[in-house]
Amino acid sequence: MYSIGVDIGSTCAKLAVVEDGETLVHQMVMPTGWNSGGAAQAIFDHLEQAGYRPGQSPCVATGYGRLNVPYAKKAVTEITCHARGGAFLFGSGPCVIIDIGGQDTKVIAVADGVVQDFLMNDKCSAGTGRFLEIMANTLCVDPGTLCELARSGSGVSISSMCTVFAESEVISLIGGGAAKEDIAYGVVDSIVNKVVSQYGSLSSAEGQCCLTGGLCESPYILESLSKKLGRPVISSPLARYAGAIGAALAAYQIKKD
Amino acid sequence: MSEYQLPAQFEEFTQARKEGFLRAKAVKESGGHIAGTFCTFTPCELMDAAGVHPVSLCGMSPEPIPAAEKDLPKNLCPLIKSSYGFAVSDTCPYTYFADLIVGETTCDGKKKMYELLGRLKDVYILQLPQGIDREYTLEMWTKELHRFKGVLEEKFQVAITDERLREASELRNQLRRARTALMELQKLDPPPFSGLDLYKLMDGLGFSFDLQDNLRKLTTLTAQLQSDYAAGARPVPAGQKRILVTGCPIGGVLEKTVKVVEENGGVVVCFENCGGIKPTRYLVDTQAEDIMAAIAERYLNIGCAVMTPNTKRMETLPQLVEEFNIDGILEIELQTCQPYIVERFEIKKLAQEMGVPFLALDTDYSQSDLGQLTTRIVAFIEML
Repeated sequence: MYSIGVDIGSTCAKLAVVEDGETLVHQMVMPTGWNSGGAAQAIFDHLEQAGYRPGQSPCVATGYGRLNVPYAKKAVTEITCHARGGAFLFGSGPCVIIDIGGQDTKVIAVADGVVQDFLMNDKCSAGTGRFLEIMANTLCVDPGTLCELARSGSGVSISSMCTVFAESEVISLIGGGAAKEDIAYGVVDSIVNKVVSQYGSLSSAEGQCCLTGGLCESPYILESLSKKLGRPVISSPLARYAGAIGAALAAYQIKKD
Repeated sequence: MSEYQLPAQFEEFTQARKEGFLRAKAVKESGGHIAGTFCTFTPCELMDAAGVHPVSLCGMSPEPIPAAEKDLPKNLCPLIKSSYGFAVSDTCPYTYFADLIVGETTCDGKKKMYELLGRLKDVYILQLPQGIDREYTLEMWTKELHRFKGVLEEKFQVAITDERLREASELRNQLRRARTALMELQKLDPPPFSGLDLYKLMDGLGFSFDLQDNLRKLTTLTAQLQSDYAAGARPVPAGQKRILVTGCPIGGVLEKTVKVVEENGGVVVCFENCGGIKPTRYLVDTQAEDIMAAIAERYLNIGCAVMTPNTKRMETLPQLVEEFNIDGILEIELQTCQPYIVERFEIKKLAQEMGVPFLALDTDYSQSDLGQLTTRIVAFIEML
């Protein structure tokens, strides 16, 4: 039996199809665009074309647009779904999931796929994927390039805790003639520091540390996180689908119960 | 009989607010006096005994905040801003008609706001001792109450006798017992009441000037709920996660916290805050030889985070978790409330020791964090 997970994030919408609660058989990512309902519909059409009857297979939605997926049986928060999806990808023992999402960054302590404790950034978007995206735009590079540029930079620190102020700070750095690499270093450093401070407030942090979300394929982010946390942080190209996979597993569970 | 004026913009008010103004005006025109209060530390027995009606002025609405921000910083507790805003904009009937406003030296934000309020109204600030473990704390607080008694006697030209203080204490005790009894019905599983309805009801009682009527309402409601429950009524479905809410007063953020809990598989069965059970379980010893000291002693039991060390809260929380069979603790704080937000460290540790999941939220009266708050609350209930 197929179960479907739809993760409508603020930047990207993700889809995962899991067979019998065990095997990931299909995944897809697309930009959410301005309308989460539209993204949900595009995923529905995609599922139909790929032959996975979205109306009939059990489906759970997650992400900030989770209430705008009419064909989902249930909405489950991205915290719970990332925990489940993380356990699916990285093994079911205790682990800490770090999800740098579009508008939220969260650290989640997980044991056996179940959330033990979690922390989310406050109202503002500092330290999130959106922050990175805005800074990359200011530097006229894409977010992936910014992360790799950062590797050869040093010496700059972005101190503003607000994205808007941080952008002004970056603009003055550009105006002051700072090298692009150094600014990129400052941007990544600020994101990593934000994660480290959240991580420090977790009540327990046992097992493997795993990065999920859109930055899962950035080696420099993984390296910096590992360095600052003082423990290895792993990821996988599939980790951007962790939320969608978790949702598909939740859908399978609902069907089984 | 004196005539009292309504504020200039009275006609623009909503019906409910107009009624509040008219009721407060009626009290004044029948010779009554109104004292505005902000805190569960306010010794209402003294005001009752002076024939003055205490009424809570804690602002729960975002509406007057822009008016307050002309004088106060943006980055301040929404309750303080809202309360002050109501006073400067003449939009709260009870502030408008208050003969006296009574504050205490509790948190710094309130303390300094009272000073500004003093430019507009007659404000009296009691000095609440906060070093709760000192041997002279009770003596100091008793002296403060004596000083306040003198102020009331002079302002309202009354004599506050021991006999009237004992009567007032007796009635307040009965009210506290009745509130406690109603709140303790929530120990039932499933509880007979949604936490949202319970909190709103308790908050609403603070705006009635008729204490006997409040007492009757509380006892009737408790009896009614008990008999309905015995007859099989289950307004809250079984299997909801039982949540204890702790922290700041939350009348202004109920919809985006408690309501979200209760729409997503939880039910708030206990409020360990000043709108809930925190202040109601401690009574005045009405038979004590020194009734003023007995009243003072009662108030020093309140486990507010302005106290140091705040041992009472640390002792009470595990008891409540046990009594109400709690699945998760939700701490709700108003933005910039330093006493409670710093004390979180201890509460989190305590929750861990008890093995009870804990989530802390900081919020204000705006709608800007609705999405993120909802995700956190729902994820918390999912993990229970």
